[in-house]
Amino acid sequence: MSTITNNSHEEDHGHHHKETFITKYVFSQDHKMIAKQYLITGLFMAIIGILMSLLFRLQLAWPEKPFWILETLLGKWAPDGVMDPNVYLALITIHGTIMVFFVLTAGLSGTFSNLLIPLQIGARDMATGLLNMIAYWLFFLSSIIMVASLFVEAGPAASGWTIYPPLSALPQAQPGAGLGMTLWLVSMAIFIASSLLGSLNYIVTVINYRTKGMSFSRLPLTIWAFFVTALIGVVSFPVLLSAVLLLIMDRSFGTSFFLSDIFIQGEVLHYQGGSPVLFEHLFWFLGHPEVYIVILPALGITSEIIATNSRKPIFGYRAMIASILAIAFLSTIVWGHHMFISGMNPFLGSVFTFTTLLIAIPSAVKAFNYITTLWKGNLQLNPAMLFSIALVSTFITGGLTGIILGDSTLDINVHDTYFVVAHFHLVMGISSLYGLFAGVYHWFPKMFKRMMNKNLGYFHFWVTAICAYGVFFPMHFIGMAGLPRRYYTNTAFPYFDDLADINILITVFALIAGIAQLVFLYNFIHSMFYGKKTEQNPWKSNTLEWTAPIKHIHGNWEGEIPHVHRWAYDYSKPGNKEDFIPQHIPLKKGEEELQH
Amino acid sequence: MTNFFIFIGLIFIAISVWQLTKIFELSQTKKTNNQVADDKDNDFNGKMMFAFLIFIYVLTIYSFLAYGDVLLPKAASEHGSTYDNLMWISFAIIFFVQTVTQGALYYFSYKYRGQKGRKAFFYSDNDKLEMIWTVIPAVVLAVLILFGLYTWTDIMTVEENDESLIVELYAQQFNWKARYAGEDGVLGDANIRFLQDFNGKNLVGIDATDPNGFDDIVVQELHLPLGREVIFKMRSQDVLHSAYMPHFRAQMNCVPGMITEFAYTPITTTEQMRQDPDIISKVKKINKIRSENSKELIANGEMPLDPYVFDYILLCNKICGVSHYNMQMKIIVETTEDFNKWINDQQSFAEVIQ
Repeated sequence: MSTITNNSHEEDHGHHHKETFITKYVFSQDHKMIAKQYLITGLFMAIIGILMSLLFRLQLAWPEKPFWILETLLGKWAPDGVMDPNVYLALITIHGTIMVFFVLTAGLSGTFSNLLIPLQIGARDMATGLLNMIAYWLFFLSSIIMVASLFVEAGPAASGWTIYPPLSALPQAQPGAGLGMTLWLVSMAIFIASSLLGSLNYIVTVINYRTKGMSFSRLPLTIWAFFVTALIGVVSFPVLLSAVLLLIMDRSFGTSFFLSDIFIQGEVLHYQGGSPVLFEHLFWFLGHPEVYIVILPALGITSEIIATNSRKPIFGYRAMIASILAIAFLSTIVWGHHMFISGMNPFLGSVFTFTTLLIAIPSAVKAFNYITTLWKGNLQLNPAMLFSIALVSTFITGGLTGIILGDSTLDINVHDTYFVVAHFHLVMGISSLYGLFAGVYHWFPKMFKRMMNKNLGYFHFWVTAICAYGVFFPMHFIGMAGLPRRYYTNTAFPYFDDLADINILITVFALIAGIAQLVFLYNFIHSMFYGKKTEQNPWKSNTLEWTAPIKHIHGNWEGEIPHVHRWAYDYSKPGNKEDFIPQHIPLKKGEEELQH
Repeated sequence: MTNFFIFIGLIFIAISVWQLTKIFELSQTKKTNNQVADDKDNDFNGKMMFAFLIFIYVLTIYSFLAYGDVLLPKAASEHGSTYDNLMWISFAIIFFVQTVTQGALYYFSYKYRGQKGRKAFFYSDNDKLEMIWTVIPAVVLAVLILFGLYTWTDIMTVEENDESLIVELYAQQFNWKARYAGEDGVLGDANIRFLQDFNGKNLVGIDATDPNGFDDIVVQELHLPLGREVIFKMRSQDVLHSAYMPHFRAQMNCVPGMITEFAYTPITTTEQMRQDPDIISKVKKINKIRSENSKELIANGEMPLDPYVFDYILLCNKICGVSHYNMQMKIIVETTEDFNKWINDQQSFAEVIQ
C-alpha cells in the first residue's frame, strides 16, 4: 500500500484493503487525508498566530494600558493587564515564525501540494505514501514543540523570527534566549526535516507519476508552482538547518561560529572569531527563497482559479512558467538585500541590488498576465475568485514598494522600519493568506464533498479585503516617519507622538479583520458537516481532479486513470458549445491544440 | 473608559457577526440554487470590485493628506538630498504603476462580471504584448538600478581626509556612547577585554597600552560640527544593534567582534532644523497631543509630560532585548566654534582613569 503504481492490475487489490480508524484518519498514507491534516493543523496554528498579532496590536495602539484580555490570556506576563516588553518581543517572534513557516509554508503548500499534485497530474497517490505520512507527523511534532515553547517559565523565543545571534545565542541577553530558544531551534530542525521529505516527494511524484499525455507543457500552473516551490525548498532549507545546528552548537557546546568578543552582564565571554554576519548569510539564504516558497503556491492557485472563473485560458501560459522559473532562480541569489547595512562589503550590496530588482521583471509579467486574463472574460465571482483577484492586487501593492527596499541606497533609511513590515505583509503575508483562502473555497468540495456557503464567503472576503488595506497601507507612513519595527512602544520618543492616531486606526482595522476570520472558521467547520452536497465538477473546471469521483477512494480513480489530450486552459474555445473542455477529452477531428 | 467602550464595540461587532451568520443560514435553506456564484452574485460583487477600486484610490489620497506631515523632514546630511530625490523618483514610478494596474485589475473585474450565456473571449497569448511588458519594466528598472548604484557607491565609499572627524559609536544593551579621537585624530585600540580595567571607568574598553587612546573622549551625547565629514566607526559589546539616524538618512549595524563604518556630512544645525517650517508644525502638533495627554495624567494625580523640543535622534534599529524600544541618544549638530567649545570641556580618557 505504501506505493501505488499506475499499473491498473495492482490497484484492484488496493481498493479492498481494510482500513481501521487509525490508518484512515490518523496515520493515513492517503494524500487526500494528509492534505486535510495539513490544512487543519495549519488553520489551528493560524488562529494562534493571528491572535498573537491582535494582542500586540493592542499594546501598540494603547501602549501600556491595561486590558483584561491580556491578563486573561497572558497571565503573569501581563501583570495587571499591561503587557511586559519581553512578552511583546516573544509575541512578535512567535507570530512571525508561526505565520511564515507553520501556516504559509506547511499549511498552504503542504495542503495543496498534497491534495492537488496526484489529482491534477493523474496519479494514484504520492510517490511514497509512507514518507508523506512521516512528513506530516514531523510537521505535527514540530508544531507541538513550538506551541509547547509558549509555556516555558521564562517565555518562548523572543529575538525576532530571524533569530539573529548573539541575542538568540545568549541566555544572559534576554529571558527568551534560554529554554524557549532551544525549543524553537529543535522545532525548526524537525520542521525542516518534514519540509524536505515533503518536497522530495512532490518532486519525484511530478517527474515520474504523470498520467499518459500529461507532458510538462500541459501541466496546470498550480503543479508548476508546487513543483518549483519544492525545488527551491530542497535547495535552501538545508542551509537553514545548518544555521540552526551551528547555533545549537554555539549555545550548548561552546563553539564560536557566530559569536566573538562579547561582554555581557559584567562578564567577558570566551567566544572568539565567529561572526553574526555569517549567520545572517545562512539564515537569508533560506529566508529569502522562503518568501517565494510561500508566495509561489499561492500564485499557482490563483492562476488556476482566475482562469477557471474567468472562463478564459490563462494568458501567456509559457510566459507564466518562464516567470516562475526565473523567480525561482533569482530568489536564490538575492538574499543579501536583507543585509545591505549589516556591515558586509558595500560592493556586495551593489550586486544584490542588481539581482533583486531583476526579480521585479518576472513578477511584473505575472501581474500583467493575470490582468489580461480577466480582460474580456466572463467572470464568475465566486469567493475563491474574489480572493484571487485581491491577491493580485496586494501582490502588486506590496511588490511595488519592494523597488524601494531592494535598492540598497533607499534601504538605508527604511531598513527595519514599519515600511518593511507593511511591504512584506502585503506582498507575501496577505497575498499568500488570500491564496490559502482562495484554495480552501475552491477545493473545499474536493476535500470535504460539500460546498462552503458563498454568502458567508463574500462577507468574509469584503471585510478582510478592506481591513487588509486599512491595516497595511497607513503602516507605510509610520515607517517613512522613521519608526523602527519591533518597538514595544514609541512613547520613549516624543518625536513619534504624532503617530498615535495611525496606530489606533491600524489596530481597529486589525481587530475587525480578526473577527471576520471567525466567519470563515464558522463557515469552514459548519460546511464540513452540513454544507450543501457538491456536484462532481462544481466550478466547471478543466483539470483532472474534477474527473475523480466525489467519494474519496484510495487510488483516486475507479478503473483506469484518465489520459490527457490537451492543456488545462481550454475555456471558451471557439467551436465548442460548452465553455470548458476538460483535459481528458480528446481533440476533435481537425481541432488544433492551441498551446502557448 | 475608552477601553471599556472599545470592548463594548467589539462585543457588538461579534454579536452582529453571529446574527449575520444566522441570517445567511436561514436564507440559504429556502434557496434551491447551490453555492456557485449566479448572475446576481456576479453583478453585486462586480460592482463591489469597482467600489473597492475607489476605496483604494481614496485611501491613498487620504493617507497622504492626513499623514503626510508625519514623514521625515528634508535631509540634514549632504548625501541626503540625493537620497530623497531617488526616493521621490521611485515613488512617482510606483504611484503611476499602482494607479494604472489596480485600475485595470478592478475595472476589468467590474466590467467583465459574469452573465449567463455570455462567452469569454478566447485569447491565450500575444508575443508582442508579452514583449512590451517585459521590456518596459526592464528599462525602467535599469534606470533605477543605475541611479541607485551610483548613489550607493557615493555614500558607502568612505575616504578619510585631514578634515574628517572620526567618531566611534559604541552600542550596548541598552545605551549608546560616542568616542572622539581627540587631538591626534586617531582612535586608540579597544577591545571588550579592557572593559573591566580601572574599576569600570573604561566605558568602551580602550587599550591603556596604546598611546593613541589617552586623548580619546567618551561621551553620552553625540555632538557633530556643521559641514564637516563625520566618519562613524561602529562597535557593539554584546548583541547586534543598529545605529539609525533617520534625519541624516544614515544607518549601519553594530556587530560584536567587528567594526562597521558609515560616513556623512551634516548640513543643518539643530537650531536651523528647529526653524524649519515642517518641524515647527510637527512640534506644534506633538505638543498639542502631549498637553492633551497631560490633562489625563494630571487628573490621575501624575506628573504632566514635558513640552517637546526638536532634537536629532539616534535610535537602535536592530532588536536587542527588553529595552530595545528605548535605546537612544541625542544628536546635536552645531557650528564648528560651538563644537570645539563643547569638546574642550569634555574629559579625555587619560583624565578619566587618573
